Amino acid sequence: MKKITVISGKGGTGKTTLVSNLAYLAEDLVLADCDVDAPNLHLLLNPEVEETNIFKSNKLAIKDESKCIDCGICNEVCRFNAVSPVNYEIDPYKCEGCGVCVEMCPENALSLKLMETGEIYNSTTRFGPMVHANLKVGSDNSGKLVSEVREKAVEKGNKIDKDLLLIDGSPGIGCPVISSITGVDLVLFVTEPSRSGFSDLKRVAQVIEHFEIPALAVINKYDINKDISQEIVEYLKENEIELVGKISYSSLVVENLRNAELVVEQEKKSKVSQEIINIWKKIKTNIK
Amino acid sequence: MKVTVLSGKGGTGKTTVAVNMALSVPDIQLLDADVEEPNCQYFLKPNFNKSEEIYREIPEIDQNKCTACRKCVDFCEYNALAMMLDEVLVFPEICHSCGGCEKICPEDAITEIDRELGVLKHSSTEYDIDFWQGELNIGEESSVPVIEALKEKSDLQKDIIIDAQPGTTCPTIEAVVDSDFGILVTEPTPFGLSDLKIASQLMDELKIPYGVIINRAEEESDYIIENYCDKNNIDILLKIPFKREFAYLYSDGIPFVIDYPEWQAEFKKVFTEIRGVLDEKDYSN
Repeated sequence: MKKITVISGKGGTGKTTLVSNLAYLAEDLVLADCDVDAPNLHLLLNPEVEETNIFKSNKLAIKDESKCIDCGICNEVCRFNAVSPVNYEIDPYKCEGCGVCVEMCPENALSLKLMETGEIYNSTTRFGPMVHANLKVGSDNSGKLVSEVREKAVEKGNKIDKDLLLIDGSPGIGCPVISSITGVDLVLFVTEPSRSGFSDLKRVAQVIEHFEIPALAVINKYDINKDISQEIVEYLKENEIELVGKISYSSLVVENLRNAELVVEQEKKSKVSQEIINIWKKIKTNIK
Repeated sequence: MKVTVLSGKGGTGKTTVAVNMALSVPDIQLLDADVEEPNCQYFLKPNFNKSEEIYREIPEIDQNKCTACRKCVDFCEYNALAMMLDEVLVFPEICHSCGGCEKICPEDAITEIDRELGVLKHSSTEYDIDFWQGELNIGEESSVPVIEALKEKSDLQKDIIIDAQPGTTCPTIEAVVDSDFGILVTEPTPFGLSDLKIASQLMDELKIPYGVIINRAEEESDYIIENYCDKNNIDILLKIPFKREFAYLYSDGIPFVIDYPEWQAEFKKVFTEIRGVLDEKDYSN
């Protein structure tokens, strides 16, 4: 099974829209939504949830008030400013669960407690199984949840012998992105021709290069600024990233999105759908 | 007054709002806290004249002193230390710099060394904005210490606008946690709505007052956001209409208030309104 993660650096370039339209074209695959911070793929693919699992990975320091003698050592040793200097209360948003205060507390008044990070869903869509998640608001450790979603999707795909796993990634270059590309065969960048889109592409492309994963790219809304699109084309060439297609700006895309429909399904003959179909053909030759 | 611009979803227009607002209100400090992808710079064209590297501490093992007792490996909650044969290996990218391993090593075999994590850059721009940007180094995973260091540059004599990272996890929380007000930027699509719900839940949990700006607003679809805001008593502060010219100006790195100066008054009004909301809140407290 080939595994492809779709990322962009900058948010809002069209990752999820492209993933769902590609899913329609691929017909039979496994899907994973690794953008656990702001998952959207389910809004277009209407998965039917078959199994829900609670995922626990982040820990928090919890204090037993009856043992605490207000010595303040926990406040002194905490590197994350998570212990209030006034009443030595622990701020759950700041605590990173390192356990240093637990270790140093002379009264054994502190312990680490495993907390719920979020829920993971095993679902089915009309194009195949999908693994997705819901991160608990304000929760830490989205990287671990991303890894878990990715691994569950790989497991599922291998079990039922699918050829392709398509992973919707998150914006940025940090921990959730790195967790979503671990062990994949190919990365697909979705970029847009803006100064910020281009610069974010370059930053995320450096991350991918660091992990030595081959990459393809799509320029979305390329006709919004053709000069910058041309600069991106040249950059991709120089960096040996295959441009598998350009998608023109079309109000059809957002209209379909508003109705939670797929443009390649509803407007097959439109220019933008033809562009996406051609992109899918090129991706296919890359995963044979 | 400290106002943070954030969103659940990426690409809704946080930077557009932060930059255009900073250009519409006098004597402002702008902090770009989207340290994974700092983009305000492409609109403000700053001449960075000051920079500071941000370091954090990671363990270094003195193999001569190490007796391979494994205490540090067992202690580390992040699996940043591992035992290979009889040697302890350090994985610096996933280390959270808690300092625990150094404290518990019975042989004093661990010392902490500095590792560069990112950089802060400062510039006064041609637009009279006191501008600081945080930037995470490529390949590093933890944005939070860079955001923390950036926030230390806050000039409390001024009004401050913070451009946050998208999402609702640690980096976004770090940016907004001590703000007086949050501006949630969204767009009238099902994605925009779904992510707005997540972001507003976060703000409720953090107990920070907030309002919404609808970007790429279109009359026939704004109801997607408006219905939700109505039902939940959330103020809609401003609508920025969808216009191809705005999209083009954005792509070219031009803040649209430069070409459409009448919008400065709109942003200024929003800022004044926010101040009013906060004053009222202070008064009722």
